[in-house]
Amino acid sequence: MARLHALARRLVGGDAEDVVQECLFRAYRSFSQLESQEAGREWLTSILLNCCRDHWRARGRRLEEVELDEVDDFSLFRKIADEDPFPYSDSVHVDFLHQFGGEDVRAILASLPELYRVPLVLVHMAGYHVKEVAFMLEVPLGTMLARLHRGRKLFERELWTYAEQHSLLKEGAGR
Amino acid sequence: MISCSEAVKQLWDYLDGVVEESQREVIEEHLGFCRRCCGELEFAEELRGFLTSHAEEDLPPDVRSRLTATLEELGRT
Repeated sequence: MARLHALARRLVGGDAEDVVQECLFRAYRSFSQLESQEAGREWLTSILLNCCRDHWRARGRRLEEVELDEVDDFSLFRKIADEDPFPYSDSVHVDFLHQFGGEDVRAILASLPELYRVPLVLVHMAGYHVKEVAFMLEVPLGTMLARLHRGRKLFERELWTYAEQHSLLKEGAGR
Repeated sequence: MISCSEAVKQLWDYLDGVVEESQREVIEEHLGFCRRCCGELEFAEELRGFLTSHAEEDLPPDVRSRLTATLEELGRT
C-alpha cells in the first residue's frame, strides 16, 4: 500500500489517495484476472496507471507529444560545469543535487508533462525495467525509450530552472 | 567514431542496458578517450541514484488507516 501511494504521489501529486482508493476498488473487482501471485506487483501498477489516466482525462489533461526540440540537447552536467554555482566546491555536481529535498523533487516531477513523467517515475523510482514499462503502457519499446529520454532531459532542465527560481544556487542553501 | 553529442544522447540507455552490443562498443570506445563524456556518464549515474533515493516515503498514518479501512470494507462485501 505504501508503494502504491508513493508511486501515485509522484504521478498525480495531492490526489494520490483518491487514485489509490480507486485502484483498490478496481483490483478487488478484477482479482480473478490476476494470473499468479508473482504478477501481482505489475498487475496492481497497471491498474494504478489506468486510474491515473482516467484522473488526468477527467481534468481535461491530454497525453500528447509536445514539441520540445531544444530540451534534447540540454545537459545539466554541462550547465553546472559552465555556470559553476559553488566555486569553492570540489564536487559541484553532487553538491548541486544535495540542494533538493523531497518536496522539491515532487514539485519538479509534477511540472513535467504526464507523457514523460510516467516512464521516468516507473523506471527510475519504481524500479521497473524499460521493457516492463513499455508493456504496461502498451507502447512499442522504441516509443517508450524516446519518451524516457525526453523525460530525463526535461527533468534535468527543470532541476536547473527550479534551483534558479528557488535560490538554491548559493553556498549553504542546501536543504 | 561518434561525436560527444551522439554519445551523451545514449548514455542513459547505455546505463539501462538497452543499447545494442555493437553500439555499446562504440560508446565505450568514445568513453575511452573523452573525459568530458566520462563526467557526463558519472553524473548520469548520480542522477539515477538521486531519483531512486527520492522514490520511497512513509505512508502518512491517517492515509494508511483510510486505505486499510477500504480494504477491510472490500473484504466484507
